Amino acid sequence: MFTVIGIMFLGIGLGYLLRHRNLPGIQRGITLLIWLLLFLLGIEVGQNEQVIRSLPTLGLEALAIAVACVLGSCLLAWLLWKQVNRRKEEDQ
Amino acid sequence: MKGSLIIVGFFTLGVLCGVFQWIPSYWLSGDLSFYALCALMFSVGLSIGHDPQTVQRFRTLNPRLALLPLCTILGTLSAAALVSLLFSQRSITDCMAVGSGFGYYSLSSIFITEYKGAELGTVALLSNIAREIITLLGAPLLVRWFGRLAPITSGGATTMDTTLPIITRTAGQDLVIVSLFHGFVVDFSVPFLVTFFCSI
Repeated sequence: MFTVIGIMFLGIGLGYLLRHRNLPGIQRGITLLIWLLLFLLGIEVGQNEQVIRSLPTLGLEALAIAVACVLGSCLLAWLLWKQVNRRKEEDQ
Repeated sequence: MKGSLIIVGFFTLGVLCGVFQWIPSYWLSGDLSFYALCALMFSVGLSIGHDPQTVQRFRTLNPRLALLPLCTILGTLSAAALVSLLFSQRSITDCMAVGSGFGYYSLSSIFITEYKGAELGTVALLSNIAREIITLLGAPLLVRWFGRLAPITSGGATTMDTTLPIITRTAGQDLVIVSLFHGFVVDFSVPFLVTFFCSI
């Protein structure tokens, strides 16, 4: 995990050094890599027999918990976001 | 919208390839996805460093955003406690243990299998994979409904690696430091919270 973050900082450093040049195709490359990774994640999920077999029964339960958790944390994050932005407007 | 559909398409195609074994498994025995992730993070880094406004945006970041991990943990745990009312066969602490994975499915499912058995372990695996997938696919919608912090809070423990690229895309590059900090804190809390809810 720290390797991955280290590599990102390497990229930030190099990007900063090259900030006066055009770097064409970066956004395109990011998009392609995101597609590739999602494809690979799909393969990993599809190859896991335990996951595929238990999808109909335990899957529903798991999905309900996941959706609830995402909504619960989004609700609090939304309140924080409103708070932060109200402060910003008062400052300006 | 079109972007999300393409992403869902690639994911579905991957699942089909996995189920029907269209792709020989030696293809995946290597660390292909790890190298792809490294390449992705490098590119994200490049685009952040290359943007002249990034440094300036960091300076104007509100220190209150450091509270975001707390929002994620409290929001997740209370929602997990509430949803346990729907399932008569699960206790509140079971659901809270599953929720405490925060998308970190490998670690949390191993822990929960160890303490509570394979069935709840499988629920934890599926639920936390679902959380990562919801974040990856739903990030644009989450931003529209709940503001720019939503994909970060939704990503849970994964916001400093796997979901970071999608977060910089949808929430904005200026929040990258919030995302890293959030991922670090939430990730750190996973083993403690999971163990705690499994043992009470």
